[in-house]
Amino acid sequence: MRNLLIFISKYNAFFFFVIFFTLSLILVIRNNSFQRASTLNSSNRLIGQAYERYNTLQKYLRLAQVSDSLAAENAKLRNQLKTSFYNGKVEQRTINDTTTLQQYTFIVAQVVNNSIHQKNNSITIDKGKMHGIEEGMGVICSSGIVGIVDNVSTHYATIKSLLHQDIKISARITESQAFGSLVWGQENYNPRFASLKDIPNHVDVKKGHHIVTSGYSSLFPAGISIGQVKESRKKSGEISSDIRVVLSTDFSTLAYVYVVKSTMAAERQAVETESQTEND
Amino acid sequence: MIRIIVSNLIRFSLLVFIQVFLLKNIGYYNLSVPFLYILFILLLPFETPNWLLFLLSFLLGLTVDSFYDTLGVNAAACTVLALVRVIFINLTVQRLSFEIEPEPKLGIMGFRWFFFYASILTIAHHTILFVIEDFSFNDFYYTLIRIILSSLFTVFLMLVAEFIFYRQKER
Repeated sequence: MRNLLIFISKYNAFFFFVIFFTLSLILVIRNNSFQRASTLNSSNRLIGQAYERYNTLQKYLRLAQVSDSLAAENAKLRNQLKTSFYNGKVEQRTINDTTTLQQYTFIVAQVVNNSIHQKNNSITIDKGKMHGIEEGMGVICSSGIVGIVDNVSTHYATIKSLLHQDIKISARITESQAFGSLVWGQENYNPRFASLKDIPNHVDVKKGHHIVTSGYSSLFPAGISIGQVKESRKKSGEISSDIRVVLSTDFSTLAYVYVVKSTMAAERQAVETESQTEND
Repeated sequence: MIRIIVSNLIRFSLLVFIQVFLLKNIGYYNLSVPFLYILFILLLPFETPNWLLFLLSFLLGLTVDSFYDTLGVNAAACTVLALVRVIFINLTVQRLSFEIEPEPKLGIMGFRWFFFYASILTIAHHTILFVIEDFSFNDFYYTLIRIILSSLFTVFLMLVAEFIFYRQKER
């Protein structure tokens, strides 16, 4: 005890300092709003940091649940996207004219599936039976012809693209009025080219001649662009020349197509079959 | 003895008066702020007992604080100043080698000793004062510049004041 007192009295300055300095610091913190606020804040920050560390750890442990819930939410949000809704609106233009009867109407459809690199290519569109699409209708686009409707469901239809071995389209060369049939896929699998058959040898076919639909079938209106002649080769011993055609339709960027609805197709078919049976 | 008490009382009042009514309004853009009132602690006699020294420092700080509306800041700085004073005097002055009632004054101790004494104590005081005032080390360079410039100003004023009184005594 005595030693302690001696020690204290020897270093009394230090103890006085401690006492008075503590006193003044207490005064500072209790009576000055800024210092009080910053003291409390720093202690809060310390506690906050501790909580933050803890939360980071907890967050990591719950990562799987969180990602599951996020994925679920994503799916939910995706369901609400505009693109997930089926567009049921039919854009069909019909002009009511009493002097000329409307023979063809067009149904706008969006391409939802497309292929060009197969042997038999097909296209799916987002319009079907509900919108008046039937099997065997012709399909065109703004730059040329596309193909023929193959199968139809309520909301969708598949199209045998022009790039299909079964498709034969009646075509005419504008410059010479000669007609033949346009085919694809015989020794040629390039989606940009097709060949025109059955053009007689005597017809003069030059590079750059335009090829359009003939209108002989009820599928397409006459005069729809198909393409241009790339080259024409006359083979000896054959009656028809081999014509290579650059297609005007770019199948790789197809987005919107028009389905051609012929209002008189049934009548025409009926009369044609009648005459055929008469001939037989 | 009574003469010392009276002269110190007068000095206390005078320095506080100058500090809170004159020097409070002087300053260079809040960068260089003089605190001349600490001269009172500097000029207390060597024989002042430690408890009285600390008590007087604390009271002086509180008085100035109450005028500055910064309760405790100057008191803390003055307490530190008192401790530095005790240490400095212990290191540099042999107590017994003085005549009666020596005081740490420019005229008695010489310019060199007084200059170091004033500079070190002022820097200690100002450092504590500005650090506690800022209460963070965020703008430490700004605080440092304030400490240095304010110390220069205060020491300058102290020397001026001491020269004035020194000459008066000589006459």
